[in-house]
Amino acid sequence: MRKLTKIDIVTRPNKLEELKEALNEIGVQGMTVSQVYGCGLQKGHKEVYRGREYSINLVPKVKIETVICEVPVKDVLEAAQRVLKTGEPGDGKIFIYDVENAVRIRTGEEGDKAIMDEK
Amino acid sequence: MKKIWSTILATLMLVVLIAPVALAADDAAKATIDTGDTAWVLISAALVFVMTPGLAFFYGGMVRSKNVLGTIMQSFFIVALISVEWILIGYTMAFGTDVNGFIGNLDKIGLAGVGLNVLTNGTIPELAFVAFQCMFAVITPALITGAFAERMRFPAFVMFILLWAIFIYNPMAHWVWGGGFLASLGALDFAGGLVIHILSGVSGLTICLMLGKRRGYGKSPMLPHHLPMTVLGASLLWFGWFGFNAGSALGANALAANAFVTTQAAAAAATLSWVVAEWFHNGKPTILGAVSGCIAGLVAITPAAGFVEPLPAVIIGLVGGVVCYFAVAIVKAKLGYDDSLDAFGVHGIGGTWGAIATGLWATTKVNPAGADGLFYGSSDLIVAQLISIVVAYVLAIVGSFVLIKIVGLFMKVRVDEDEEVSGLDLSEHGERGYAQSFVAGSSFFDTSDGSAMAMQQNLHAGESDIK
Repeated sequence: MRKLTKIDIVTRPNKLEELKEALNEIGVQGMTVSQVYGCGLQKGHKEVYRGREYSINLVPKVKIETVICEVPVKDVLEAAQRVLKTGEPGDGKIFIYDVENAVRIRTGEEGDKAIMDEK
Repeated sequence: MKKIWSTILATLMLVVLIAPVALAADDAAKATIDTGDTAWVLISAALVFVMTPGLAFFYGGMVRSKNVLGTIMQSFFIVALISVEWILIGYTMAFGTDVNGFIGNLDKIGLAGVGLNVLTNGTIPELAFVAFQCMFAVITPALITGAFAERMRFPAFVMFILLWAIFIYNPMAHWVWGGGFLASLGALDFAGGLVIHILSGVSGLTICLMLGKRRGYGKSPMLPHHLPMTVLGASLLWFGWFGFNAGSALGANALAANAFVTTQAAAAAATLSWVVAEWFHNGKPTILGAVSGCIAGLVAITPAAGFVEPLPAVIIGLVGGVVCYFAVAIVKAKLGYDDSLDAFGVHGIGGTWGAIATGLWATTKVNPAGADGLFYGSSDLIVAQLISIVVAYVLAIVGSFVLIKIVGLFMKVRVDEDEEVSGLDLSEHGERGYAQSFVAGSSFFDTSDGSAMAMQQNLHAGESDIK
């Protein structure tokens, strides 16, 4: 069984389509996308309701999770940074994890077979 | 065939020609009913009706999503509760024969004897007046709900509102409109600045102080969850307010038109002044500010609508918008009370300003039945206005305080902490305003589900045990 690696990318929502295309180009087809909120270096904004100010510092982001084995991790990192980097705070983070195993529920296949596209 | 048709046509035309004559004869029998006046008052009653569901949306959009149904339910339920109360006892308490200037007697209990009578000194059926006033009695307690939103238990709310309508609203309506002592004093309140807005706003303030702040107030943000809904509600309120103010002329006449124009003038001016005040003070013009401003202007012009000219109405609106803005943005923050949706800041303060403004700009040129205000050479009116403002404040504060204490003897008034955290929609009503499609759960009697079947069997087993 080949090694499985999970990559989490948290970034700006408006970059999602561009990132998906870039990942598809290097052969990453499957991913899970969630809408999330986060805070970090990027400052939030101010909202005012009937004169009462609220500082909204949780910023909307998207989180893209994907598990890879054939595609080199380096390629994914390069593609993601190429697309996502603006140089401003708020570009986001990439996290890389080892994955112990994976199961395709439909067939019961495990490991790399569970996540590879059927040919 | 053609002949039959022409006969029918001729007959129809004859009927149409004769009909007005028949109607005229009917009119002669009830000489004092004016059909135009009656139509306008009935339509106005329907316009005022739509204000309360409008208020439900206005308030509903401003609370957090977990309380949207509880907030809307309070206003909608009041429509039902107070309409029945009004027919049974409210109308006779407010407009029955006066007893010592204090209250109406009970001779019209259950609308007894109202029948198809013509309103005394009026040109409309008394029932049209009953309907019109019913909608006022409905919206007034609904306004209070903004002050204690997101934290009052439903049973306590029902009991409080019913008692409030009977012991606070009905007497005050009698004092000002039903021939009570404030009317004899010479106080003017065209469509309800004292009776409706001061009373509800000050009662709201009293209750929100007694109940305490919402948990987390000032620490965690409590943002409006759906401002477009609030804008829709405010628009319905503005629309209905034409019935509220112009309908209070109780006739389709020049006075109604004056009230209509002053209403529009003040609402528009206050929208401008609130937005501009906020723009300068906070840097951005907001839609919540715009709709709050229009309500502040509508409240301020309510007591004055049928007594002042259009230009003073613009001034009343401009001042009302700014005063209410600073009441909710600065005074509330400084004093630290949690009037959730600013029932006091908008209705209490706006109503007070309107009652004072009536004493300044009222003129008999607009309404011979009114009086001249301070700017038209008489100081009697402003004194009467100030006295009645004080009376309304005292009644609202003392009355609400006592009623909440009474309700507290019978039941818990405020929700528990965990209920407040999960939201009143779930804790009080067992439903949710916005579906989350992925939330799990199965119908209790879904027989395709094994566990539900087991539960049903258990229920049956339980039943047989009892037998």
